[in-house]
Amino acid sequence: MSSDSVYNELVLKFANVNGSGSASANAFCAKALFRMGIPVSAKNIFPSNIQGLPTWYEIKISESEKLARRDGIDIFVAMNAQTYDQDINEVIENGSFIYDSSLLRDFKRDDINIIGIPIAKLCADAYTDTRQRQLFKNIVYLGSLSLLIGIDFDIIKQLLSDQFHNKPKLIEQNVKALEIGRKYIEDNIKYPLNKQVRKSNKNTNKIMINGNEAAALGAIYAGATVASWYPITPSTSLVEAFEKHAMKLRKNEDGTINAAIMQAEDELSAIGMAIGANWNGARAFTATSGPGISLMSEFIGLAYFSEIPLVLFDIQRGGPSTGMPTRTQQSDLISCAYASHGDTKQVLLFPSDPNECFQFSLDSFDLAEKLQTPIIVLSDLDIGMNDWVVDELEWNDQYQHDRGKVLNSEELENTKDFGRYKDVDGDGIPYRTIPATHPELGAYFTRGTSHNEYGGYTENGLIHAQTLDRLSKKFKTAENLLPQPKIIINSNKTKIGIINFGSTTRAINESLEYLSGKGIAINHMRIRSFPFSNNIRDFIDQHDIIFVVEQNRDAQMKTLLKTECDIPISKLISILNYDGMPLTSKFIIDEINKHIEENKDINDLISPLIKIV
Amino acid sequence: MTFIKKPIFRHPSLPKNDLGLTYRDYEGLVSTLCAGCGHDSITSSVIQACYDMSLPAHKIAKLSGIGCSSKTTNYFLNQSHGFNTVHGRMPSVATGANLANRDLIYIGVSGDGDTASIGLGQYCHAIRRQLNLTYIVENNGTYGLTKGQFSATNDKNSKNKKGNDNPFGAIDLALMAIELGAGFVARSFSGDKEQLVPLIKTAIAYNGFSLIDVISPCVTFNNHQYSTKSYDYIREHNATMGELDFIPEKDSIEINYKEGENIDISLHDGTNINLHKLDASYDPRNQNDVVNKLRKYRGEGKVVTGLLYLNEEVSEMHKVLNTSKTPLNEIPLDTLCPSHDELNSINKNFT
Repeated sequence: MSSDSVYNELVLKFANVNGSGSASANAFCAKALFRMGIPVSAKNIFPSNIQGLPTWYEIKISESEKLARRDGIDIFVAMNAQTYDQDINEVIENGSFIYDSSLLRDFKRDDINIIGIPIAKLCADAYTDTRQRQLFKNIVYLGSLSLLIGIDFDIIKQLLSDQFHNKPKLIEQNVKALEIGRKYIEDNIKYPLNKQVRKSNKNTNKIMINGNEAAALGAIYAGATVASWYPITPSTSLVEAFEKHAMKLRKNEDGTINAAIMQAEDELSAIGMAIGANWNGARAFTATSGPGISLMSEFIGLAYFSEIPLVLFDIQRGGPSTGMPTRTQQSDLISCAYASHGDTKQVLLFPSDPNECFQFSLDSFDLAEKLQTPIIVLSDLDIGMNDWVVDELEWNDQYQHDRGKVLNSEELENTKDFGRYKDVDGDGIPYRTIPATHPELGAYFTRGTSHNEYGGYTENGLIHAQTLDRLSKKFKTAENLLPQPKIIINSNKTKIGIINFGSTTRAINESLEYLSGKGIAINHMRIRSFPFSNNIRDFIDQHDIIFVVEQNRDAQMKTLLKTECDIPISKLISILNYDGMPLTSKFIIDEINKHIEENKDINDLISPLIKIV
Repeated sequence: MTFIKKPIFRHPSLPKNDLGLTYRDYEGLVSTLCAGCGHDSITSSVIQACYDMSLPAHKIAKLSGIGCSSKTTNYFLNQSHGFNTVHGRMPSVATGANLANRDLIYIGVSGDGDTASIGLGQYCHAIRRQLNLTYIVENNGTYGLTKGQFSATNDKNSKNKKGNDNPFGAIDLALMAIELGAGFVARSFSGDKEQLVPLIKTAIAYNGFSLIDVISPCVTFNNHQYSTKSYDYIREHNATMGELDFIPEKDSIEINYKEGENIDISLHDGTNINLHKLDASYDPRNQNDVVNKLRKYRGEGKVVTGLLYLNEEVSEMHKVLNTSKTPLNEIPLDTLCPSHDELNSINKNFT
C-alpha cells in the first residue's frame, strides 16, 4: 500500500444496463461499506424502463460524513459499453475506470487508471447457463472491486448469507463468483488502488433505509389501517412497504389482518377511498407523485372544505406532465399548497431524510385528525427511493396518539346542540363525530356544498363567508402545531441567511461549512412545514439577504414566502436546480459566489465578515 | 337539498316497528326536487324498506355523488350519517368507508349522469371488488340540474324536450353490472313501490354489491311524448321478470310458495327471499340465460323490471382482503401500534 493512499473519501459509480441484475449487486456493495462502519450514501439513477436502458448507481463514501452528492468520480465500474464515452469523462484525474475487457477498447485518457477485467469471458468459462452467465457478471465485478479498494470480504460473504439464508445453494454460487473476480485481480492487476476503504466506527446506532420504507413504518406506528393507492413512481414502494409490514405486524390469531390495502383504479379513486375511510373513523392514507396530485385535486378540495382528516404522501419527481418519472425534484409545492379550486390551502410537511419521513409520517396522522384537513407530506424521489444512512428509528411506548376533537357517545350526550361546524373553542377547529357513535345524536351531513354550522346546505353568502373565515382561522392555529423550522445561527453578525427544505439539506450543510472556512458566515433555516409560522417570518426579518435553495425552475418556495410572509422581493435570492439529480454542495457554493461577484449589496455584507475572520 | 326541517309531529296511532320506531322516524328533510319527481318516490321506498326491516338508522351510512338523485340522501334517514361526495366518485368514498367499518349498512344513491358518464370507472371497479353496498341509480336519462342534456343511459334516437334526437346509444347499467360480476342486479320503476320496496330490502340484506337501476322519470325535462324514460312510456313497455317477497329470517317458515312458479333463495345473513317467476322460463341465477333474455327484451323495446340476476356465491370485499372481523375503525390505536422492541428489531433489518 502506498503511503499517499486516501481512505474512506471517494465516489464510486457503477454504469449498467437496467434489468441485468446489477441493482442488487450494487446495493450489496453499499451495504457492505455501511457494515464496515463507513458513512455512505447511495443514489440509484435509473431509467423509466424495465430492461435494456442505461442505469447508474453512485456511492459516496465519506469518513467526514459529507454525504451529499458530488460530481467527479474516483472509481467508475463501467459495465455498459453504450455509455463508456460519457462515463469515462466523469472520472477525475488519477481516478480509475474499470471496464469489461472481454471486448478490448482503446480509451483516450491517459490521466486515469484504466483497468480491464474480462468479466463476460470469466463468466462464460465458469457457467454454462446463459442466465447465470449474465447475473454473476455483477457479482464478479463486486469481487474484483472488493480487492481493488479493500471491501472486507467476510462482510460481503455475511451479507450474502443474510440475503439468501433460505437458499444455501445460492450463497455458494455467489461466493464462487466473488472469488472469480478476486482471483483475476490477484493474478493480473496491481492492487489496491490509490483510493481505498477501511473499517470505521461511524455507523453505531445508524440504519440504512429509504424514505418510503421509513414513512410506511411511520404509518404503521401511527395506527393507519387503510391504504388506498394507485401505482406511480416514485411513491409505489411506500404502500408496498406498508403492506409488507402490515402483513407481519398486524396479523391476528385467526390469520386476518388489522389493515386494508386497496389498489385503486386511478388516483381519484385512491384518494376517494382514503377520504371515505377517514370520514368513517379509520386512519387512512394514500401515496402518489405529481401527476397523481393533479388528479386528486378535486377530492383534496372536498376534504379541505368538509374538514375530513387525510394523509397524503407526495413523493415528488421531475415535472411538468409525465416529466422525468425517475428523477428527483421539488416542484409540487405550489400545486400542493393551494391544491384544488376556490380558496383553499393545504398543510405541507417537508421531511429532509428517511428518519424524518418516519417522524413526519407519524405526526401527519395526528395532525390530520387534530386539524381535520389533508396533510400532504412532500418527500421526493431522492429521499423516498434512495438508501440513506440515518439514526435508528425511535419509538417511545408511552406515546399518546392524538385523535383531535372527536366526540364519543357519552360526550355527545353531554353536548348541548351539537353542530359539526361550530367553532366551539375559538381556534377554528370544530368537533366531529364518527358514524354509528350514538343511536340518536351526532348524525350530520357531510358535503362539498356550502354548509352552515350544522352541516345543512346553505346559499346564504354571509354564512359561506363565515365558514371560509373560520377555515383561515384554523390554518392560523395550524401554524404553531406544525414542525417548526430548524434554525442554525452560524454568526450573530451576519445579515446573510439561507433557506432550504427537504432533501437538499446535506448539500446545504456542506456548502455552509465550506463557506464558513472561507470566512463567509451564513445563517441557515430549514423550513419543515407550511403554512409558515412566525419563526419563519422572524428569521427573514433578521436578515438582509436570504438565499432560497430549491429544486424547481420557478422558485416555488420563494413565491410561497413572498405571498404568505409579505417579504420585499429584493430580499430573497433564488438558487435553483432542476436537472433531476440530487443537489451538490458545489452547485450551491458556485451560485452563492456568482451572486457575491455580481451583486454589490451582497459584497458589502460579505466583506466585513471576511475581515472578522 | 334543503334546510327545511319537517315538523316533528307524531300521531300516537302511527304503527311502530320492532325498534318501536314509526315510518316518520326514518324520514329526512323536505325534498326540494320538482313536484312529481320520480326520485321522491324512490326516497319513500327507501324509508319504507328501512322501517319495515327495523334497521337502526345510525348503523346506516348513506352516500351519494352529485346531481338531483344525489340530493335525495338528505331526504331520508335523518339519524344516519350522510356524505354527498363529488360528481361520479361516490363508489370510491363508499369503498373507503366500508374498508374502515365493515359492519355498517351502506346505501349509495347516484344518478345516470353520476354513474354512467363521469363515474362509470368507479362504478365498474366497485362492482369488481364486490363492495357491500346497495347502489341505487335513479335513472331518468337526463341531466336535470343543468337543465335537460341527454345522459348516457338515454336511448339512441329518443328525443329531448326540444325535439332533438339523441345521436348516441345507451349504456345499460344492469347488463354491465352482470358482466362485471355483481351478484344482485335489479331494475325497477320509481312509480312501482310494490316492486321496489322488496327489492331494496333484499339488496340491503344481500352481502355484496347490489344494483337497483330505477327508472325514475324527470317530470321537468324528460317526461314528454318522445321520451323513453317517461311515466307513460315505462307503463306501456314494462315487462316484469319476477316479483319478490322479502322474508326476514325469523319469518321464513311462513313462506307460501307454489312449486314451479316460485323460487326460495336464502341469503348469506340467513334472510330468505321468495321470487315469483312471472316468466316461467326465467332463472335469475343463470347468468347466460339472464343476459340473453335481457337482450331479447331490449330488442323488443321492453323495459324489464324485477330481480334480474342473483348470485349468492360471490365473496364480498373484506373476505377477499382478509381484513379483521372487528371493524378497523374500532380497533384501538394502542393495539395497532407495535412496540419499541418491535421497532428495534425492524431497525436491525436495516443494518
